[in-house]
Amino acid sequence: MHPFAYVAPKTVDEAVAVLEKHGERARPIAGGTDLLVQARGGRFDLDAVVDIKKIPELVSIKNDDSGLEFGAAVPCYQLYENPELSAEYPGLMDAASLIGGIQIQSRAGLGGNLCNSTPSGDGICPLIVHYGTAVIAGPSGRRELPVEDFCTGPGRNDLKQGEMLVSLKFPKPSSTFGAAYERFIPRNEMDIAVAGVAASVELDSGGNIAKARVALCAVGPTPILAEAAGAALVGKSADDEAAIEAAGAAAAEAASPISDMRGTVEQRKHLVDVLTKRMVKKAVERARS
Amino acid sequence: MDVPAKVHVRTTINGQPQEFLVPPYMSLLDTIREIAGLTGTKEGCLDGNCGACTVNVDGRIVDSCLVLGAEVDGKNVTTVEGLATRDGLHPLQQAFLEEAALQCGICTPGFLVAAKGLLDNEPKPDEGRIRHWLAGNLCRCTGYDKIVRAVQKAAAAT
Repeated sequence: MHPFAYVAPKTVDEAVAVLEKHGERARPIAGGTDLLVQARGGRFDLDAVVDIKKIPELVSIKNDDSGLEFGAAVPCYQLYENPELSAEYPGLMDAASLIGGIQIQSRAGLGGNLCNSTPSGDGICPLIVHYGTAVIAGPSGRRELPVEDFCTGPGRNDLKQGEMLVSLKFPKPSSTFGAAYERFIPRNEMDIAVAGVAASVELDSGGNIAKARVALCAVGPTPILAEAAGAALVGKSADDEAAIEAAGAAAAEAASPISDMRGTVEQRKHLVDVLTKRMVKKAVERARS
Repeated sequence: MDVPAKVHVRTTINGQPQEFLVPPYMSLLDTIREIAGLTGTKEGCLDGNCGACTVNVDGRIVDSCLVLGAEVDGKNVTTVEGLATRDGLHPLQQAFLEEAALQCGICTPGFLVAAKGLLDNEPKPDEGRIRHWLAGNLCRCTGYDKIVRAVQKAAAAT
């Protein structure tokens, strides 16, 4: 591993200054569960790692009437061990509680999962169906980006030189909102998704679906917001089997997987169809409870 | 190129205050083994899959191969050497012996520290919970049943 310096700034501005100075040769470290593996594997040579966990904003969770905002370095366990959050943001909890094992969840978080930008990142699709926004800081100030626009390719994202993810924020879900995420893996735990689907629904007063989102994992170069799958559900009864079938078919259509050691194109499209129907039904069930 | 300056770390390992200089790119695993001289913690896969290097940092179990030594400044670290007391083995260690929950032994320190992390917070976990909690620890010898039984036995004994 290339020998790097360790910097632990107390503010976002200091962190951005280090990242800007070193460009590609510096990276933030939150949980380190991807970064250190990649650095050791020679994917990149770093001159500095910037430990962002000493920056209060990066490790805080704020949940109030306007919504939820948590820092980019908040580890998974701090989300799923918070009973207030687990009731309101079920899709995020599904992801936080299945990434890696307990050791990984002590360190890894959804912010790092997003920044790693792997197509199979379990944390990314749940952020999308919860209408998440990425808060980004850089040399020229702050900007916000919808999570579905964050990833630009396998391991690539919209962060420019000197920029870092500060936090993720979400609108407060209505009382008739539900979301869910599940992936297919051949084991019970500790594996990378062959395919994954997150879905969310919001029901209107008549029990119809007012808003819906479906997002797909590990079936394209980036996580995919399958807009046609969501559109197939809007305005329909939450029990409309034909609409749910149509959403599954639209999601499979939106998937553009490759065949590799984890699965084939055909298997992955089939999984997307099945998981979409399951996740929509689970989201509806959660919306009603 | 310039060798990055070492980082000054003040930490507590198994209840003992420690102070040392660590290369900034050195893992916590290597810091514990090479600098603190505690070789109970084992290196397995070096990428977060096997859990052999599990240690406890401020009450949470982590893979020490995926933590930098520099990151534990001000923190409390417990390794497998911190389990036994002068009165004897920790109940988990005793149960692992009695249930033959180890063969080659490389994964054992990680399993012990991980299992202690569970019992510290949930003294009476059921079998499903134990298996889920230990999913981040791999053993290629025992087939897991003996390990799970040992954890159940330790939980029943305390």
